[in-house]
Amino acid sequence: MLEIKGLHKDFGGIKAVNECHFTVEKGKIVALIGPNGAGKTTLFNLISGFMVPDKGTIKLMGEDITSLLPYQRAVKGIARTFQLIRLFPKMTVMENMLLAMKDSHEELHHALWRTRKIKEEEIKNVEKAMDVLKLVHLEGKVDELAENLSYGQQKLLEIARALASDPKIVMLDEPAAGVNPTMIKKIGELLVKLKKEKGMTILFIEHDMEFVMNIADKVVVLDYGKEIAIGTPQQVKKNKQVIDAYLGVTT
Amino acid sequence: MGYIEHLLIIICIYIILAVSLNLIMGFTGLLNLGHAAFFGIGAYTSALLTLAGVPFGIAFIASFVVAGMFGFLIGLPCLRLRGDYLAIATLGFGEIIRAVLKNWISLTRGPLGIPGIPKASFFITFDTSVKFLVFAAVIAVVTIGIVSRLVHSPFGRVLKSIREDEIAAQALGKNVMKYKMIALVIGAAFAGIAGSMYAHYITFIDPSSFTLVETILIVSMVVLGGLGSLLGSVIGVIILVLLPEPLRFVQLPSAIVAAIRQMLYAIILIVLMIVRPQGMVGEKRYKARVEE
Repeated sequence: MLEIKGLHKDFGGIKAVNECHFTVEKGKIVALIGPNGAGKTTLFNLISGFMVPDKGTIKLMGEDITSLLPYQRAVKGIARTFQLIRLFPKMTVMENMLLAMKDSHEELHHALWRTRKIKEEEIKNVEKAMDVLKLVHLEGKVDELAENLSYGQQKLLEIARALASDPKIVMLDEPAAGVNPTMIKKIGELLVKLKKEKGMTILFIEHDMEFVMNIADKVVVLDYGKEIAIGTPQQVKKNKQVIDAYLGVTT
Repeated sequence: MGYIEHLLIIICIYIILAVSLNLIMGFTGLLNLGHAAFFGIGAYTSALLTLAGVPFGIAFIASFVVAGMFGFLIGLPCLRLRGDYLAIATLGFGEIIRAVLKNWISLTRGPLGIPGIPKASFFITFDTSVKFLVFAAVIAVVTIGIVSRLVHSPFGRVLKSIREDEIAAQALGKNVMKYKMIALVIGAAFAGIAGSMYAHYITFIDPSSFTLVETILIVSMVVLGGLGSLLGSVIGVIILVLLPEPLRFVQLPSAIVAAIRQMLYAIILIVLMIVRPQGMVGEKRYKARVEE
């Protein structure tokens, strides 16, 4: 699904991402872990196009997307969330969702000549958005401004919005950070459900190890911009290098 | 020329300016401090063309097209900038246009201005203020109608998303640059026709009508009424046009009246920003029609 080859990004001498290689297989949940400053978010920005790599290639379903702009990659099927939530605060929950939808007729001429088909499509999109909102229990908040939601709800809305575009791959930057334990469990269950029922491919960054171990099929450990271990959660947990760099000694 | 009709015509022209600026600034979030330049480009385009013998109808459309083209040209370098930087760049653009109008004497007659611009005529001549008022009102209503249709559509939703968070809009696959450009070009084009109407109504134009002070007046109207509210823009225009009018009937030297007028604008804006920063009319909230 997603193939990272020799990806490299320097920030004035600091190798933020250093010759990084890994793949994300279709229908799998892959976790990206590593110490603070290991280059996880930089890697996300490189994959989604918000940063341009110095070297290396990114392939989505075999197609080289390294030179595409962020919006073009989104159209190709890469959806993402941000470490610091990025919603449209002064727009309603439903508007936030509709903006992610495909076939929403957002061209200028659609606005001037609004045919019946376009209106019908909009109603369909609203229904589709409702279905996704139900997954994260936000169906009662459709007309609320995004900024009026609680932190946890905003986080869920951002995830829901990323899912709403029917992406090929969803990238979540710390979906569990700052969320209460019940909600973390819910998010985890949601991701597993999406994988099983819809065959969704998910790549996520997370520091909550319990969360990672519970839902990930594969874990990529990053340190100083380089993958130091790749494997199942069980394999990675026992890896000496990973314990030294990140996990520490567990009792 | 009837005094009331005159005020209503001025209101119509400013409504077109405020609504078009609101599309750019209130809905798309582009801080445009060069709006009066588009107004001026429209006025000069239309005035020069009609004086060269072109019928008003064509000159009117040309002012729309030419101002829109300038919107595109200024958009190419400037729309890459964000927030305050865009404001400074558009401010510079406005100053350039003013300087050109003032110094390209062979074309614009410079500070002397262009007198004797023919009255607007389109099948009939709008030679009385009542006739012109009808024309101005129709154009103002059409402008509001078109902009309203744009902003209350999926297209307008994208514009608002860019205002709210450009990065997130890109992450959702929106070609942000394209949408910003469309908003700027349409806004500029409508400011252009406002310029044409002004030129053919007053029948005299000079560069002093299209300066930064004019832009700030239009910005004040939009902010007073409420960014992202078309009704607000209309109300903002009416208030700021009518507010200084009573001063006309006070026996004071005109220099003092002009100063008081500026101070009144300033005081109103300061008070409003403290009491009601979102403007007099808040943004209309989208309601999802969901069948239970």
